[in-house]
Amino acid sequence: MFKLFRLLKPFRLQIAAVLALVFCQSLSDLYLPTLLSDIVDKGILKGDVPYIWRIGGFMLLVSAAGAACIIASSFLSSRVASGFGRSARSKLFAHAEKFSLPEFDRIGTASMINRTTNDVNQVQQVLIMMMRMMVSAPMMCIGGLIMAFSKDAKLSLLLVAVIPVIGLTIFAVMRKAIPLFRAMQVKLDKLNLVLREGLTGIRVIRSFNRGEYEQGRFDSASRDLADTALRVNRMMAILMPTMMLIMNLTTVLIVWFGAKRIDAGDMNIGSLIAFIQYASQIMFSLVMMSMMFAMVPRAATSAARINEMLDIAPTITDGQAKPSPAASPRTGAARGEVEFREVSFHYPGAERPALDRVSFTARAGETTAVIGGTGSGKTTLLNLIMRFYDAGEGEVRVGGRDVRSLSQEELRAGIGLVPQKALLFSGSVSGNIRYGKEDATDAEVRHAAEVAQAAGFVEAMPEGFSTDIAQGGANLSGGQKQRLSIARALVRRPDLYLFDDSFSALDASTESRLRAALAEETGGAAVLVVAQRVSSVMGADRILVLDEGRLAGDGTHAELMESCGVYREIVESQLRTEEESA
Amino acid sequence: MSEERRTPPGRHPGAIPRMGGGPGPGAMMPGEKPKEFKKTMLRLLRFLKPYRLRLLLVLASAIAASVFSIVGPKLLGHGTDIIVKGVVARMNGAAGVPFDYAGLLHVLGWLAGLYVLSFLFGYVQQYLMAGVTQGAVYRLRKEVDDKLQRLPLQFYDAKSHGDILSRVVNDVDNISGTLQQSLTQLITSAVTLVGVIVMMLTISPLLTLIVFVTLPLSFLVTKAVAKRSQKHFAGQQRSIGELNGHVEEMFTGHRIVKAFGREKESVERFEAINGKLYQSAWRAQFISGTLMPLMSFVGNLGYVLISVVGGLMVTRGGVSIGDIQAFIQYARQFTMPITQLANIANIIQSTAASAERVFELLDEQEEEPDGTSEAGRGIRGNVAFESVDFGYKPEVPLMKGLSIEVKSGQTAAIVGPTGAGKTTLVNLLLRFYEVDGGKITIDGRDIRQLTRGSLRSLFGMVLQDTWLYKGTIRDNIAYGRTEATDAEIEDAARAAHADFFIRTLPEGYETVLNEDASNLSQGQKQLLTIARALLADPAILILDEATSSVDTRTEVQIRHAMKELMRGRTSIVIAHRLSTIRDADVILVMDKGSVAEQGTHEELIARGGIYAELYRSQFSGNEAS
Repeated sequence: MFKLFRLLKPFRLQIAAVLALVFCQSLSDLYLPTLLSDIVDKGILKGDVPYIWRIGGFMLLVSAAGAACIIASSFLSSRVASGFGRSARSKLFAHAEKFSLPEFDRIGTASMINRTTNDVNQVQQVLIMMMRMMVSAPMMCIGGLIMAFSKDAKLSLLLVAVIPVIGLTIFAVMRKAIPLFRAMQVKLDKLNLVLREGLTGIRVIRSFNRGEYEQGRFDSASRDLADTALRVNRMMAILMPTMMLIMNLTTVLIVWFGAKRIDAGDMNIGSLIAFIQYASQIMFSLVMMSMMFAMVPRAATSAARINEMLDIAPTITDGQAKPSPAASPRTGAARGEVEFREVSFHYPGAERPALDRVSFTARAGETTAVIGGTGSGKTTLLNLIMRFYDAGEGEVRVGGRDVRSLSQEELRAGIGLVPQKALLFSGSVSGNIRYGKEDATDAEVRHAAEVAQAAGFVEAMPEGFSTDIAQGGANLSGGQKQRLSIARALVRRPDLYLFDDSFSALDASTESRLRAALAEETGGAAVLVVAQRVSSVMGADRILVLDEGRLAGDGTHAELMESCGVYREIVESQLRTEEESA
Repeated sequence: MSEERRTPPGRHPGAIPRMGGGPGPGAMMPGEKPKEFKKTMLRLLRFLKPYRLRLLLVLASAIAASVFSIVGPKLLGHGTDIIVKGVVARMNGAAGVPFDYAGLLHVLGWLAGLYVLSFLFGYVQQYLMAGVTQGAVYRLRKEVDDKLQRLPLQFYDAKSHGDILSRVVNDVDNISGTLQQSLTQLITSAVTLVGVIVMMLTISPLLTLIVFVTLPLSFLVTKAVAKRSQKHFAGQQRSIGELNGHVEEMFTGHRIVKAFGREKESVERFEAINGKLYQSAWRAQFISGTLMPLMSFVGNLGYVLISVVGGLMVTRGGVSIGDIQAFIQYARQFTMPITQLANIANIIQSTAASAERVFELLDEQEEEPDGTSEAGRGIRGNVAFESVDFGYKPEVPLMKGLSIEVKSGQTAAIVGPTGAGKTTLVNLLLRFYEVDGGKITIDGRDIRQLTRGSLRSLFGMVLQDTWLYKGTIRDNIAYGRTEATDAEIEDAARAAHADFFIRTLPEGYETVLNEDASNLSQGQKQLLTIARALLADPAILILDEATSSVDTRTEVQIRHAMKELMRGRTSIVIAHRLSTIRDADVILVMDKGSVAEQGTHEELIARGGIYAELYRSQFSGNEAS
């Protein structure tokens, strides 16, 4: 956790000021009982009324000064803690935006969201508490002891004896309670998980009549949580009453021994009264500290999770922009042209390569189709072109230049990707299409939607292109989302189109209209289409056949039927299924 | 923000139980206001009813513990007085007069005894309350879960999972925290407040008056601070929501953000929200942070006044020093229960809001009552829709007078564009939703006469959506028939052409599927669901043919497996393949939720309607002949 507090560096002056202010405030709090004891000894016992008034006024001043200090420190500490939260969040988010897909695979999207939001809040909360209490509690404790000593050193020995008793009690309870707190968190998560599974799987559960089984699972998780919570709370039940008991019995002892010292003439009454107040201040601060100890482990876990994310270095970094022709030996290459040279790629931890020495060229003005079974490496191929991952061996070239030598922004600016899973953002329809080109005119947006066969349903929506899309496009059907995601790529007018199995949710007639419109639109750009069905690729200028990561064929439909066994097999299996009963 | 929604700020689910009192930042939160506070609280109390004896004990202990601790300072004051008497005697020159140690010992002995009793009662009260709370909360959760089992699918489709989760977990947790801590604190604070006032009055009505004078001041301060901070707390909540939403969206769509090079805009937007959050966060924090020092200043004001006035009174011989000492202690205790009560009032408000959300869930309309008869063995599988009306929303009818008949052993192919109502058909057949008019029958019996359990056990489903479950592959196949032996499971897998790929997995049948089964390909998942259906051996099948996301080789296997499965069963197939459609005994052409045409392939082609057009545009390309 303390590693994360490096982010506090810019605030060090303010933190120093907070500490100083809290110190002053503690002093003022500690000074009051002394003044009171003076009132008792010098004022009341001697009947000196003006003295009482004078000291009383002074007490008021001291306590006003204390309040001023604590308000000032609260002002600073609020700004520091909130500022810390702001920088931590900012740093995390900016860092995450540099991540490419391997890093996202590693941590998981849900966990990253949690780290950026909840974990930071958790640490920020504790930071505030720390500045408010963790500083003032030890100060009150030590200051109280010093004041007590100054009042009566011998009687202070009593406190010195009692403090370890309190410390040990807190320690003993917390040592048992903290693991229980953790266990409780784990069990709460478990309950959450069981419930979430029940919600997502509700149709399966109902259709297989597994409701009772699920209820049993929930019940045992719930019971488990209740049991642990019971143990924690019973454990904690002992803490406060014990603290109060020790505090009160100490007071009783102070009065008893104080009486003896007063009897012996070593102490006066005012000091005794002040002493009792110091004792309770000390013990109260100890209780405060014990609360801190319960909070810190939680925040430490959060901090560790934040650090873990910050420690991941993005694997994909921008190439040094080398606009010199030396970087692109084939200056003649058109801008959208894609070339793979002996490219191999392994996913981390995978045994077999996802792509194995693949070489091909997809020319501008042509449609190149990629076909192959699940896991044959089609999407991986697109991921390498987008540079979501870096090739292990070989070179991926776009527009004649190695993708690693370009900046990511430069590379991607020329590409229009339509992913397998259509993903839209909250905002209007036109906003989503404009995501492809920020400064697109209304006419451009409309045109893109028309080509993507989306204009029809968009206009049927209550507010047309201004209609709001719910998060994740929840208010659209799968086919509608897919068409908008195509429009988003079209509006860029890129040099290179990448379609990753992007027509799957469209019905046949829409798909054929879309294909026809696309053919006109893409003109001189290079088009790469990934597909599963032969019917979708037959018309392409070139077909690449992938089989378990290797390029098994490269040519037109007719050529491949002649030369490529794998392709023939795919074609036959698909036609056979169509015709076997015909 | 979805799952973490509405966790009251500053209070984390499952957080450490609140210890002690004192106004934390919690006192300043703009507490969520429940709609019907009284009704909700009464209903919540009903959950405590079985524990009323123990609650009475808790109440008694809380009162006892508070009373004993209230008497403490007064006794301590007596002790001080005994000492003062000795000192004064000496000052008056009576040297050698011994202190009244016997008297002092007597007082202190009593005091110690009281404190021990107060400790015991305090502990008993907390200990018992823990049992009551966890018992009541456990019952509440159980009731909610039981309710969830009885709610119709409609409820699940309409509500976000995050919302339901938050009600069952966070809101119940919030209630649990309040019951454990705030309820007893409420009692203790109230008793202490009354006790302290009584004790103060017995010592000196004049001094008590001074303390009371500071009261309105405290209220004014609290109100002023609360008013100013609430605005910022609300702003903070808004910004947090906005920020979480942005983060969630950007991280989920990371690939798109990258592909379109929008990282910069994304970060800029984040920074803008983050900046707004900072502004309201520190203000809210700061303003609420001033409450404590301001209150303690007001407290000190009273303290000084009492010291001064009390001192004057002592010099005039009105009261003793011990009494002043006791009074000061009471005055200090006096403000604590007040701030605590204010705090608790806020917490209870937010608890009532939580409870209300939970009760809302408990009050949701349940499924229509179950039928009573079992389907029994020997179901032949004649399925019929008889002029069925249905709509998800009453004002948007989806099906009107829909009639379909599929005879035992027949195959019905459903054809039509996506979203044409195929899911709806499944929803109605399995009685996830109720028809608005007409009826659905199986072997002539209205499905509403059957129990839902026995109705659903008639169906086997092989659908595109992942109907798999976190657990081992073995458990997944056996999901519909838990008592199946290993041999039966493997036989089913073999028949479904799934055995081979299962055995190539590192753990074979014991491989654990993760939450969304993303460690299997789409096709493999479908083979598993086929195996599951084979094992369950249902009378009627509902199948969804694979679309493009399955590779061709797997698809051949799926087709063979499906054939195997369909033999001799009534099958309703959501069809994409021409061969399936042509083979079907009846083709249902769905359009906009209703059956536009039905008949055999030849009949429909001859008719020259939607089907004929669909057939020409979709399939003619692949037909060589």
